[in-house]
Amino acid sequence: MKLAQEIVEAPITGTIISVEVSVGNQVEEGDVLLYIESMKMENPILAPVAGTVAEIRVSKEQVVETGDVLIIIEC
Amino acid sequence: MIGPLQTGFGALSWGNAVLICVGLVFIGLAIVKKWEPYELLPIGVGMLLANLPGTGLLVQPHEVGGEFGSAGILGVFIEFGLLRYTILPQLIFLGLGAMTDFSPLLANPRLLLLGAAAQIGIVIAFFGALALGHFGIADFGLMEAACIGIIGGADGPTTIYLTSQLAPELMGITAVAAYSYMAMVSIIQPGIIRALTTSKERKTYMKPQIRKVSKAERIVFPIVCIVLVILLVPRSAPLVGMFMFGNLLRESGVVDRLSDVAQNALMNIITIILMLCIGASMPGHLVMRPETLMVLALGLVAFACGTAGGVLLGKLMKVVSREPFNPIIGAAGVSAVPMAARVAQHIGQQENPRNFLLMHAMGPNVAGVIGSAVVAGAFLNLLG
Repeated sequence: MKLAQEIVEAPITGTIISVEVSVGNQVEEGDVLLYIESMKMENPILAPVAGTVAEIRVSKEQVVETGDVLIIIEC
Repeated sequence: MIGPLQTGFGALSWGNAVLICVGLVFIGLAIVKKWEPYELLPIGVGMLLANLPGTGLLVQPHEVGGEFGSAGILGVFIEFGLLRYTILPQLIFLGLGAMTDFSPLLANPRLLLLGAAAQIGIVIAFFGALALGHFGIADFGLMEAACIGIIGGADGPTTIYLTSQLAPELMGITAVAAYSYMAMVSIIQPGIIRALTTSKERKTYMKPQIRKVSKAERIVFPIVCIVLVILLVPRSAPLVGMFMFGNLLRESGVVDRLSDVAQNALMNIITIILMLCIGASMPGHLVMRPETLMVLALGLVAFACGTAGGVLLGKLMKVVSREPFNPIIGAAGVSAVPMAARVAQHIGQQENPRNFLLMHAMGPNVAGVIGSAVVAGAFLNLLG
């Protein structure tokens, strides 16, 4: 059975300062996936759904634009 | 007067002791809790220095016949930076302008309304203070009421500027109130936001801001603001003019060195001097006056009503908006940049992990800075 995919996009332009999950990790809704630094603030990006981290498209210190795909969660 | 062989212990009043303790609390909050450390740390030290007797640090040049050598360093800063020429808050506004990104506001200009609505707290506290004065409960006239009301703008330099112009004797207490409430924004605002909104409203998902604001828009905005706002409210020029000049340094892209100095070196130097002055403007005898507590209470009312005003207009905008609209971003209209925007972001994300309201909240947040500077200018036009 093919699982549904939840694509987590960058809500803000900034720099990834840390990725808190790895591929294969189980996450609950509201868990911190990564932090983006923008406007001199650390902004946590939370899991919108519970599931398994299927793909991580970004790494530490990478600059991301609003709308860039960050992480894909299978749920 | 303390003799050459005497210590300061005998001259220490209860008021001094209380304010030394308050200063120590501020220093503790800055270092341990990291609450507004850039403001609360120097304010706390200023309070300590001003309340230790016999130092001479607060002696202003005019008090010793213009003899600079006999004046104290804090007295020199206070006389020349705040009371006589009022240049310190204006220079802070230059730095703030250079640090401010107006893109969230320009991407969605209707958010300006939320920044205006949150100024209602200023008006409510203004009339509250006038009522206390009218009924003889406190010695507040029009000037004092305006300076107390402006605390609700949640903008320290604006509060300092207006108070130094209209009621300098209140400067220490209004400025400390403004900075303290700004530091406590994450404690004061959430309860008000939750009381005025339903869980469904707080969960409302707003799409990330995607409209790209062009460089031309960002350059034209401060220029248009300088001309239009100052024509409308001429006495707002010292604050709005410097704020928008700082922003033009940033957005023009041709004076990076000046923009860098305004954002960093100049801002840091002025912050050190201004915050020390604010702490030092809290002499011990002030705490013994009931008016001090009334100023603090009215300032809190102003701040709370400003938050409520922004949220309530947010609820109205939610009704008329075609796109989903989360009313809690209205709370960011009280200024307190960027703390108030972070509160909206935090609550929105807590209620719905998909939500990311920071950029939406930054619109009313920066609009609130312009709003409170314009209200201060209007007070000066009417009363100054």
